Amino acid sequence: MSVQVENIRKTFGHYTALADVSLAVKSGKLTALLGPSGSGKTTLLRIIAGLEHADEGSGQIRFHGEDVTHVPAGRRRVGFVFQHYALFRHMTVFENVAFGLKVRRERPARAEIADRVHRLLKLVQLESLAERYPSQLSGGQRQRVALARALAVEPKVLLLDEPFGALDAKVRKELRRWLRRFHDEIHLTTLFVTHDQEEALEIADEVVIMNQAKIEQVGTPQEVYDRPASPFVYQFLGNVNVLPAAALAGAGAGRPDGGGLVYVRPHDIEVVPHAAGESGLPAILRYIHAAGPQARLTLEQVVNRETVEAEISRAELDRLGLRANDLVRLRLRQSRSFAEDYAI
Amino acid sequence: MSPTLAVSRPRRRILPGFGLSLGFTLVYLSLIVLIPLSAAFLRAGGLSLADFWATVTAPRVLVSYRLSFGVSLLAALVNAGFGLILAWVLVRYRFPGRRIVDALVDLPFALPTAVAGIALTAIYAPNGWLGRWLDPLWGAGVRRLAEWVPVVDWAGLLGTKLAFDRPGVFLALTFVGLPFVVRTLQPVLEELEPELEEAAATLGANRWQTMTRVVFPELRPALITGFTLAFARALGEYGSVVFIAGNQPMHSEITPLLIINKLEQYDYRGATAIAVVMLVASFVLLLLINLLQRWSRRYHRV
Repeated sequence: MSVQVENIRKTFGHYTALADVSLAVKSGKLTALLGPSGSGKTTLLRIIAGLEHADEGSGQIRFHGEDVTHVPAGRRRVGFVFQHYALFRHMTVFENVAFGLKVRRERPARAEIADRVHRLLKLVQLESLAERYPSQLSGGQRQRVALARALAVEPKVLLLDEPFGALDAKVRKELRRWLRRFHDEIHLTTLFVTHDQEEALEIADEVVIMNQAKIEQVGTPQEVYDRPASPFVYQFLGNVNVLPAAALAGAGAGRPDGGGLVYVRPHDIEVVPHAAGESGLPAILRYIHAAGPQARLTLEQVVNRETVEAEISRAELDRLGLRANDLVRLRLRQSRSFAEDYAI
Repeated sequence: MSPTLAVSRPRRRILPGFGLSLGFTLVYLSLIVLIPLSAAFLRAGGLSLADFWATVTAPRVLVSYRLSFGVSLLAALVNAGFGLILAWVLVRYRFPGRRIVDALVDLPFALPTAVAGIALTAIYAPNGWLGRWLDPLWGAGVRRLAEWVPVVDWAGLLGTKLAFDRPGVFLALTFVGLPFVVRTLQPVLEELEPELEEAAATLGANRWQTMTRVVFPELRPALITGFTLAFARALGEYGSVVFIAGNQPMHSEITPLLIINKLEQYDYRGATAIAVVMLVASFVLLLLINLLQRWSRRYHRV
């Protein structure tokens, strides 16, 4: 089921959490709401869930065209997964998952509830732990219980608030890949909030990038990474160098398309040894960090002594035979420029 | 690290001093609690078994046990209910005067209990502010009950007045026990994650279901603790009760009062005999409540 957000505004006192935000979440897709903390992404998710209400007189939330702005959370048929799980600790895993079924007005028969709960636990691979209490589970297991509990009410939309935020790096990676596969199986419209760009780019079908109460860009991971719509998106999605266009034009380093500041990713910088007749921005190689698949080079521009980061393959580094304090020239393969006053 | 070091200190703790602190605990508890209490047992041991039994089962004493334990239990239950509401209001809502109400809760802790007894008596006595209106109502209510259900001795059970009768005992014991429930619940309520209620709401639970199935079970251990403290406090209370109870023999005498009476008559053995019964009964009850507590926190065990 698709979700439409239309001109939603939310203020807390003098603080604006959402400034007339509109968004269309596509049916059956896994969408990431990505942004730094304080960008309004969690507030937007909570408003969609009905846990928070938009300001009076602002727009609507619609599920598949139907206005649910004033429908209470319990009747929206949304599944919500909290960052810190919010499991009921006095209930076993089974009871937690069964909760949504037991509180229904037309409560299903006991056997039917048991059947449904066991199927869900099987789906999240926790069948053997049904009789445990949440305190006896690991973080990753708790999060999967929370997911099963949210799915028990057969939601039409699944909302996850920083679902992997409280987990350690390794579990986090496993669980997010698992979520991707899981989504491919159930095809439920899913919206998840994250501040981790790697996470969003890895598993989402579509990424919504938010900053300062507004949506900056919406697109597939590749679109937003390759064609950032603003300097913010450029900086937020991975490393970026910011160079003055004037210096580049003078050195014949690339094709800066206009004035202002040029944004270029470290792996889009070509490094060549300095030689007579070579064009490019002159720089001195200061450090080489070669621990990893790629070599990261820290360079200092000759013109203004500012630092530039470049990334080249290890093979390329060996071929060039570069050493610290060598003079090199830099050329840009791909870059994008923005007017200077647009800077962050 | 050499392996020998690890072997020679197999149970190294992060903070040292287990032996020292346990030793201190035992000495301290012995001086403050165990030795005085065993003195009571020794004193009572001076009585022959027959005399002991005669003292602790005298009809007047038996009535006082029923009153002391019954009313303490009732007062603690009422405190658990109203203390929960009070703590909820103080934690969940912001209103003018909240800090003052919050401070008022502690007053029964600070006030000398005799003062509490005198104050309660002044208010609930037949000519007091509230007693003027409530005292006749209570009397009329008890008479009405006696007409409807004549099989029970209502006047004997509930008394016919507020002050200087059994209701006064209840008022005093409720007063002294209230802070225990509120103060044990407050921190737990403050720590209660709002996400739990939100999770219940998104799962379709209505407010009543959220309260009874999610919030209340989270509070239950603290509520039982508060109830236990209020109950224990009520059992031992003396000062405020004697002013308001009327202290009629075979009717509104609490057990601690009988102990004091015996002491005043230099009957130390009789006093300690009753004290021993009270101690043992209290200990058994508190033990039972602690077992209940363990059960209510079973999900904490990992």
